[in-house]
Amino acid sequence: MIRRLIISVLLLFLCSVTAQAQDMTVQDVLQAHREALEKSSRRTIGPVIDAIADSGLPAARLVLERWRDREMWQRENDGLFFYGEPVDRSTERLFDFETGAEVGVYSTRDLDQLKPNSGIQAMIAAALVKFQLNDPDPAQRRTALEAIARSGEAAHLAPLRRSIPTETDPVLRAAKERTERLLTIAYGATDAERVAAIEHFRGSLFLDVRAALNPLVETRTVYAADLPADANIKRRLRGGSADLPVAEAFALLVDAGVVTPPPTVDERKSALIAHTRDGKVAGIPVADLNTQEIRDRAYAALAARGDVPAWDPAFSEARAVEDAPFAEVYTEPSAAVTEAAEETLRSINNTVAWNQVLDLSLDGLSLASIYFLAAIGLAITFGVMGVINMAHGEFIMMGAYTGYVVQQVIPDYTVSILVAIPLAFAVTFGAGVAMERLIIRRLYHRPLETLLATFGVSIALQQIAKNVFGTQVRPLTAPDWLDGALVLNDVVGISYIRIAIFVLALIFLGIFLFIMQKTRLGLETRAVTQNPRMAASMGINPGRVNMLTFGLGSGIAGIAGVAIGLYAKVTSELGQDYIVQSFMTVVVGGVGNIWGTLLGAGLIGFLQKGIEWFNPSNTLAAQTYMIIFIIIFIQFRPKGIIALKGRAAGD
Amino acid sequence: MRDLFRNTPSLPVFIAVLVVFALGVTVLSEAYGLGVLSTSFVKTLGKTACLALVAIAMDLVWGYTGILSLGHFAFFGLGGYMIGMWLMYARTELIVLDSLAAAPLPPTPGEISDAIASQIFGVVGASDFPMVWMFAHSFWAQMALVVLVPGLLALVFGWLAFRSRVTGVYLSILTQAMTLALSLYLFQNDSGLRGNNGLSGLQNLPGADAIPQATISIWFFWASALALLLTYVVAAFVVSGTFGSVIRGIRDDEARVRFLGYPVEGFKLFVFVLTAVIAALGGALYYPQAGIINPAEIAPIASIYLAVWVAIGGRGRLYGAVIGACVVSLLSTWFTGGQAPDLNLGVYTVKWVDWWQVGLGLSFVLVTLFAPRGLGGLVDLVSHRLSPNRHGAPLGPDTGALREKEAEQ
Amino acid sequence: MKHALKIAFCAGLLASTAMTSAAMAQDQACPIKVGVLHSLSGSMAISETTLKDVMLMLIAEQNNKGGLLGCQIEPVVVDPASDWPLFAEKARELLTVQDVDVIFGAWTSVSRKSILPVIEELNGLLFYPVQYEGEESSKNVFYTGAAPNQQAIPATDYFLEELGVEKFALLGTDYVYPRTTNNILEAYLTSKGIANEDIFVNYTPFGHSDWSKIVSDVVALGADGKRVGVISTINGDANIGFYKELAAQGVSAADIPVIAFSVGEEELSGLDTTNLVGHLAAWNYFMSADTAENEAFIKTWHDFIGDDARVTNDPMEAHYIGFNMWVNAVTEAGTTDVDTVIDAMVGQTVPNLTGSTAEMLPNHHLTKPVLIGEILADGQFDIVSETDPVPGDAWTDYLPESAVLTSDWKDLGCGMYNTRTETCVQIKSNY
Repeated sequence: MIRRLIISVLLLFLCSVTAQAQDMTVQDVLQAHREALEKSSRRTIGPVIDAIADSGLPAARLVLERWRDREMWQRENDGLFFYGEPVDRSTERLFDFETGAEVGVYSTRDLDQLKPNSGIQAMIAAALVKFQLNDPDPAQRRTALEAIARSGEAAHLAPLRRSIPTETDPVLRAAKERTERLLTIAYGATDAERVAAIEHFRGSLFLDVRAALNPLVETRTVYAADLPADANIKRRLRGGSADLPVAEAFALLVDAGVVTPPPTVDERKSALIAHTRDGKVAGIPVADLNTQEIRDRAYAALAARGDVPAWDPAFSEARAVEDAPFAEVYTEPSAAVTEAAEETLRSINNTVAWNQVLDLSLDGLSLASIYFLAAIGLAITFGVMGVINMAHGEFIMMGAYTGYVVQQVIPDYTVSILVAIPLAFAVTFGAGVAMERLIIRRLYHRPLETLLATFGVSIALQQIAKNVFGTQVRPLTAPDWLDGALVLNDVVGISYIRIAIFVLALIFLGIFLFIMQKTRLGLETRAVTQNPRMAASMGINPGRVNMLTFGLGSGIAGIAGVAIGLYAKVTSELGQDYIVQSFMTVVVGGVGNIWGTLLGAGLIGFLQKGIEWFNPSNTLAAQTYMIIFIIIFIQFRPKGIIALKGRAAGD
Repeated sequence: MRDLFRNTPSLPVFIAVLVVFALGVTVLSEAYGLGVLSTSFVKTLGKTACLALVAIAMDLVWGYTGILSLGHFAFFGLGGYMIGMWLMYARTELIVLDSLAAAPLPPTPGEISDAIASQIFGVVGASDFPMVWMFAHSFWAQMALVVLVPGLLALVFGWLAFRSRVTGVYLSILTQAMTLALSLYLFQNDSGLRGNNGLSGLQNLPGADAIPQATISIWFFWASALALLLTYVVAAFVVSGTFGSVIRGIRDDEARVRFLGYPVEGFKLFVFVLTAVIAALGGALYYPQAGIINPAEIAPIASIYLAVWVAIGGRGRLYGAVIGACVVSLLSTWFTGGQAPDLNLGVYTVKWVDWWQVGLGLSFVLVTLFAPRGLGGLVDLVSHRLSPNRHGAPLGPDTGALREKEAEQ
Repeated sequence: MKHALKIAFCAGLLASTAMTSAAMAQDQACPIKVGVLHSLSGSMAISETTLKDVMLMLIAEQNNKGGLLGCQIEPVVVDPASDWPLFAEKARELLTVQDVDVIFGAWTSVSRKSILPVIEELNGLLFYPVQYEGEESSKNVFYTGAAPNQQAIPATDYFLEELGVEKFALLGTDYVYPRTTNNILEAYLTSKGIANEDIFVNYTPFGHSDWSKIVSDVVALGADGKRVGVISTINGDANIGFYKELAAQGVSAADIPVIAFSVGEEELSGLDTTNLVGHLAAWNYFMSADTAENEAFIKTWHDFIGDDARVTNDPMEAHYIGFNMWVNAVTEAGTTDVDTVIDAMVGQTVPNLTGSTAEMLPNHHLTKPVLIGEILADGQFDIVSETDPVPGDAWTDYLPESAVLTSDWKDLGCGMYNTRTETCVQIKSNY
């Protein structure tokens, strides 16, 4: 009944406005608010938007839409507003709002563009809702629903409810019903309909549901001596308990005016300074006031004389708050609503917790696969051949830059990535083979020195990359089909690019296993690794095998570079970020075993995410603790998770 | 003592060169002489002496004992942090006392401490002293910590690592992880050592505002040179005699030494801790000359560079380490200074600021490949003491080791 | 006797130095040397190399105009290699070996703090071109970048007033600029009535690339129905991964706007920005500023660097203003003598590139307009808000310890003056 009354009053009001505006054009409305439009701010623009939206003029909607899309222009010489379409960078073709007639072509130097910021854009979108809800174009209706979701207001509820019965599109109709329920939670007229709407969302994972429910259970803590009888109390609290520390409770008491706080150290100090007479305070020379005890004594003396407010050194805040009543009070007045909201939120939070664990696991898995991908090349060169290649990171970088160069030549992102992957392999394979031939071959009997030589290569390559590509970050853009994320619900989601990296890591695991177990090269590699002389006498050319194996490891690093460049960045320092981590992955996993590398990457990835979970505000701490864990771990398993046994394990 | 000189023929030469060099620098310095050498160059020389010192430590632990530690700069940095805490505290205390002297009431100890804390930590948005600054007010306590903190870290880390027989590449990676963890920890603002900013203004000694930097720099140069000299003597003492033979034995075949009944872990731990302490002392002398210490100083790459200096200079010989550290760090000063003339190749002009790191990297490769004895090997050429030519058989696991030559000494 | 000789010798040396420097002050020694102290290698090369090029361009331009005081200007470029102690060493080298008259350089706060003691000891002159955390004032440094009240505070106001943000995620790289800025912002937001639990703070290491969890955490902040906004002080190339993750998770500017203080045209050139349209940045300059001066500046830059695709950014404008001010001050003073130039610098005005005028204040900071721009699909910014020039404030008004401090090198001759006790806390700066 009340609702109907409100609606009819509203309708009446609208009619009267329309009648008034009959002889006005939309330009008049705009000119009437010219100042507010020119200096637009979200704080002051509200009435302008309302005036346009409620003017009832046919062009109102057009104005709002063009304005929202930043296509409204003001002519500088006469201040009139038009909408424009760009001719080229510095000229616009203007049209009249009322008639749609072309006004002319102007240089942007003679015009001012109205640029509503996104806050104002959201307000305009909210005002446009009533025009769009029944629009024949489904896209417009969807836009309206999005606007309500972003900035729903009480006024949306009625038109939204009216539009539901006429909605033909089943998907949109479901969305409208859902939006209606969300609005009802916040703005419903009766407790009963709000509670019904709340209970409908039990166990829902959607963020907007939680966003609608959480404000209902918002509480504030108050001094509860004289609460109004109808206060919606969540619970009563004691000062000094875990939920209400002494200092907070005392502050509440002070705010309530129940106690006067004792003078603070600073106030007492100022009082001493103010009462300095002839170099003395209450008979104590100023020069002696260099400890807190003496200052306190001086203050006490002043207080005794009544010059300053009294101060009791034994005053304890804890005792002051001990017996005072405090309570947590809901801001929402209706107990039925808060109870339903609490109940529903409890069910939601349970589900959310489980899904968060799932989401964290996905993150961990994704990080693990990135580490694995970065380390797999190293697992071959270091793990199988025992060569410490400090330039491994730079091979990753070379792969990433190859991807960048290919994208400069081939503009299509999909094709360019497909070209870049084999090309990156080829480039780094070549670089790896060259390095093996020229440097590492001469150092097989001095393993620790390969570390130095390859470190030299590493800094040289890094600087060359800087000289060739410059120091700026270079873009490597993923194709459209890798944009976005796989969203299971509002809690669990993972970006496609990470899934792609995961898949790539799996593929390489497969390739590695295949080559090592099923091909002649793998057999020869294992033979050369175990005993080069014996292998040589069996007719295997160890030089060639080493060269190919090293090339393979380097080539995989190059492909990893393309993948890492897609999800992170392409700079000359790219390799540095991964080299230490990669070595740790291989060492933790156990040298010489691909499964060990896999486990190592998994351990490090999950561990890091786990620690981040405990300390979400400091990612650096997570990395520190992870490395400390690795150090301790290696103390107990010096050969890694999967240690080689027997003679192969010898140094 | 005479044994020491007989066992280490390089020692008198080194002492003589160092003394002559120090005197020469003094004569040419701005503070006590002709003013030919600029203060910044004297500082560079003083810092280079500290780097040479830590290179000797690296040579002891790697060149003689065979532990390729990629974490010795962690100890170097820790030493710097310990001395830096005192320098910052004492200097700030003077400033604070000065400004509080004008206050209407004489300051209480609490107020002084608060004012110092907010001066030091205001930069990083805090105003309380963390626990680690407990001894910062005392010079002697902090000096003791210069030795104790890195020494204890090395002791605990070394004990754990050697006890579990972590060797070779694993140990290298582990030490690298240690220095990475330490630098990441110090990077955090919450570590209490001012995070990424580190400790700065260390070149201004407390209470020495009136003394020009030209003078202070030469004092630090002397101190660094003296420390280098003492380190050389200590190192020479350590590597001569039975102890030296045992650690070289460990380097060449650890298992054999163990079977001979030597407590290998104990020897390794002793060398590791000793070199850590030497590195820390080097750091404590280095950073007051550099003026600022921060976590980037102990990033893993610094320790790798340290290994490279020793390799370039020639490991397994003490003067090699010194030569390597001096040559590389002075060269890098020269190239980054922008004084190196551009090289015009006709089609392309090589700007050294852009290309010197490429040259540096390639020279590492070339030295490793073709001169495994490093620049120190040149000394052999001069003194005609090439190692005996043993036909055919490899010289052991490590040709850079020069076992025969040392056996002769 | 020995001592007496030495003293006499020193005194003579001193006197001769004093005489030569006095002589130098009168008739200008040619050429005038300008030190350029920007990292050309190491991790900061990414940002600083461009500034070195800008300085070379500005100097070449000035030389074409006939130089300065009848002399040619000679740039002295050194490479501190992103190594902070090396900044101190190179600064000393520039001032004592190369005898430069002024230094333009540094980017990170820690490099500036490393230079400070040296430049104060040797009484040099440094122009620092990057937005920074404030809480510092040195007689020998002119801060041509933004102080927090010229970037962070107006940007936060924009969030509060214009976008109606009620819950803040302050994401930063773990170093001093984000830490201090976030401290100031936390205090500021609290003073604006934002509750503590509505401010989420996170610090990540330099070059961080794994952003998925942090972005999810930010999205989850919206669960209590308040409008969430992100204030990002993430530095350098870590931004690439951050924005890629934002785009991947579909965080649109309409839902969760992100305003960045360290992301400019240069950083965006490493990104595809189509998915980031509408996110914001706050600076004192954008390349898209539509003025004749800016057009000319961009043209000179493109001609100088020989690449029309190169962008311009805020620190470049800071060097432009700083260099022109220095040239004017030297011309006015008729000498490059540091103390005279410092006095002449205060009150200098130079038109900036966005249409207003920059003035050097007695606290060695500039007046600068605050611009807020929305990212466009082509990697440029659409300027949606521009304030009148704001005077830079060395000591913030929102932290209790700093609120009482002020800096005035002209009348008070003190950079850290406590207005409550009316004493100069220290003449040298804090480092």
